[in-house]
Amino acid sequence: MGVGSGRLYAAVAAGGFRRYATYRAATAAGVFTNTVFGLILVYTYLALWEERPHLGGYDQAQAVTFVWLGQALLAALAIGGGGMENELMERIRTGDIAVDLYRPADLQLWWLAADVGRAVFQLLGRGVVPFVFGALLFPVALPREVSAWALFLVAVALAMLVGFALRYLVALSAFWLMDGTGVAHMAWIAGLFCSGMLLPLNVFPGALGEVVRVLPWSSLLQGPADVLLGEADPVGVFVFQASWAVALLALGRLVQSVATRRVVVQGG
Amino acid sequence: MTDGDGAAAGGAAFIELDGVEKVFDVRRKTGFLKRERREVRAVDGLSFTVARGEMVGYIGPNGAGKSTTIKMLTGILTPSGGRLRVAGIDPSRERTRLAHRIGVVFGQRTTLWWDLPLIDSYRLMHRMYRIPDARYRENLDRCVELLQLAELLEVPVRQLSLGQRMRGDIAAALLHDPDVLYLDEPTIGLDVVSKAKVRGFLRDVNAERGTTVLLTTHDLQDIEQLCSRVMVIDHGRLMYDGPLAGLHEVGESERTLVVDLERELPPVEAPAPARVVRVEGPRQWLAFPASASAAGLVAAIAARYPLVDLSVREPDIEAVIAKMYAERASA
Ligand SMILES: Nc1ncnc2c1ncn2[C@@H]1O[C@H](COP(=O)(O)OP(=O)(O)OP(=O)(O)O)[C@@H](O)[C@H]1O
Ligand SMILES: [Mg+2]
Repeated sequence: MGVGSGRLYAAVAAGGFRRYATYRAATAAGVFTNTVFGLILVYTYLALWEERPHLGGYDQAQAVTFVWLGQALLAALAIGGGGMENELMERIRTGDIAVDLYRPADLQLWWLAADVGRAVFQLLGRGVVPFVFGALLFPVALPREVSAWALFLVAVALAMLVGFALRYLVALSAFWLMDGTGVAHMAWIAGLFCSGMLLPLNVFPGALGEVVRVLPWSSLLQGPADVLLGEADPVGVFVFQASWAVALLALGRLVQSVATRRVVVQGG
Repeated sequence: MTDGDGAAAGGAAFIELDGVEKVFDVRRKTGFLKRERREVRAVDGLSFTVARGEMVGYIGPNGAGKSTTIKMLTGILTPSGGRLRVAGIDPSRERTRLAHRIGVVFGQRTTLWWDLPLIDSYRLMHRMYRIPDARYRENLDRCVELLQLAELLEVPVRQLSLGQRMRGDIAAALLHDPDVLYLDEPTIGLDVVSKAKVRGFLRDVNAERGTTVLLTTHDLQDIEQLCSRVMVIDHGRLMYDGPLAGLHEVGESERTLVVDLERELPPVEAPAPARVVRVEGPRQWLAFPASASAAGLVAAIAARYPLVDLSVREPDIEAVIAKMYAERASA
């Protein structure tokens, strides 16, 4: 991959960013939803941690921080849907994917770039406001050192890669299933549960906890949260996330090459 | 760089098909858990060549296999059999390498970025095809001028009308100076003015750049105005390949000679195979083979009858083709 393709995918990412930036009303509605969701979860957590202090090793402020982090990352990582997968599945179903395939660009890199552009927009456009709102109104546990925030951003970037890789696989299923919405819904539910969006993963007891903590979804929210809260060794988290990213992206490439070779492009 | 291997691979035949087949496996549910497998031979032993710089019409009834052929020529579908080369490249094997040499417009689809201004899509093409800056600007200016896109560049694609979008798509397919342009129904849904603009532009591109053009359409005027050669396919097989005028012979079509005589007369006795098909007062209609000359017929009539005026009507190409499609369907 040369400088030329670097510029191409940078342009694709910039386009992805601007596309979402054009929908201001949707962004405002999203900010409102994330804030309301955050409030509901915060009061639930406060009640829970009142009853069971230090549940999962978090104190109350850490639990509250976790909630607002989740709301800040929910749209960016498209954990509950809303990423590129809907569009890609629709393109496969209608045959518009043909257009993407006869171009001199790599399908996976193209969609990754577009999704990163979207994710960065949503992190800024939809994530920051609920997070600041939560941090001002509730007791939170945030680091003061810039380095901790830098490490957190690295974890978020890796989470974007893992999140994309998972959703890309989901979208490619449309090549075989035609209608991939069922798979997509299952993936979103799995994502909400297994990323820690509903409850931090370190709260889950026994074998269930062991399992969800090694699944790729824990890279999405649990990983970055533990880095920010200082609850995990950042390098360990990065290695865990990067391993899943590499494995899932490689699997995506494999599936993509099978799909585009064997499977038929729809429509006249 | 692309020009170099083009010359090596080029020669006479730029697009080359030899016994190409495409079979789709269609599974249909026939009952609970029961599925029936059926084969659809969309393209069935197709062979033809297109030389560099040719502009060829590719027509046939719905479901004939036109779009399937074009998809194979772009490399997004792999043929089930036969041999296919474009600029010496096997499209499905080297899709990305071929992509730099071809431009594609699928009338029903768009390559443009739906939510963003038209110009953003062009900037992306600039990067994607690695078009040298000067070349990009030159080509863009030209397309903007000839396709009248100046006012549209800052408009998000989703706000363009169909005709505007199509013009935008055609420009997008040509910014990288492709050697060959595949057009799958580029005038579908366009009004008369837009069609004229698109046709004029395509004619220029072909004449000035020597771009090879393969054009699929249901609008025979596209073919009449643009293509010296037409291929007709049906059920995935080539039915006709030659000049558009030649279709008349294949279709056994007839021209009509309309004569105005001085007064009402019984049907004129014309040399066979010409014959009178209609009489209305002093005006008579004679049908004769499209391949035969009208001059002899006119002379024969003028010698024996008081001729005042005459006109020759060309056969309607639409009617010829409709007849041809109908015959194949019943065959
Ligand atoms: N993805 C597919 N799966 C199964 N059959 C297909 C598929 N695509 C095309 N076909 C079949 O192949 C045949 C040729 O289709 P194609 O789209 O090439 O026709 P066409 O000549 O472009 O027709 P039209 O003028 O309607 O666009 C049709 O019988 C069609 O049903
Ligand atoms: Mg078609």
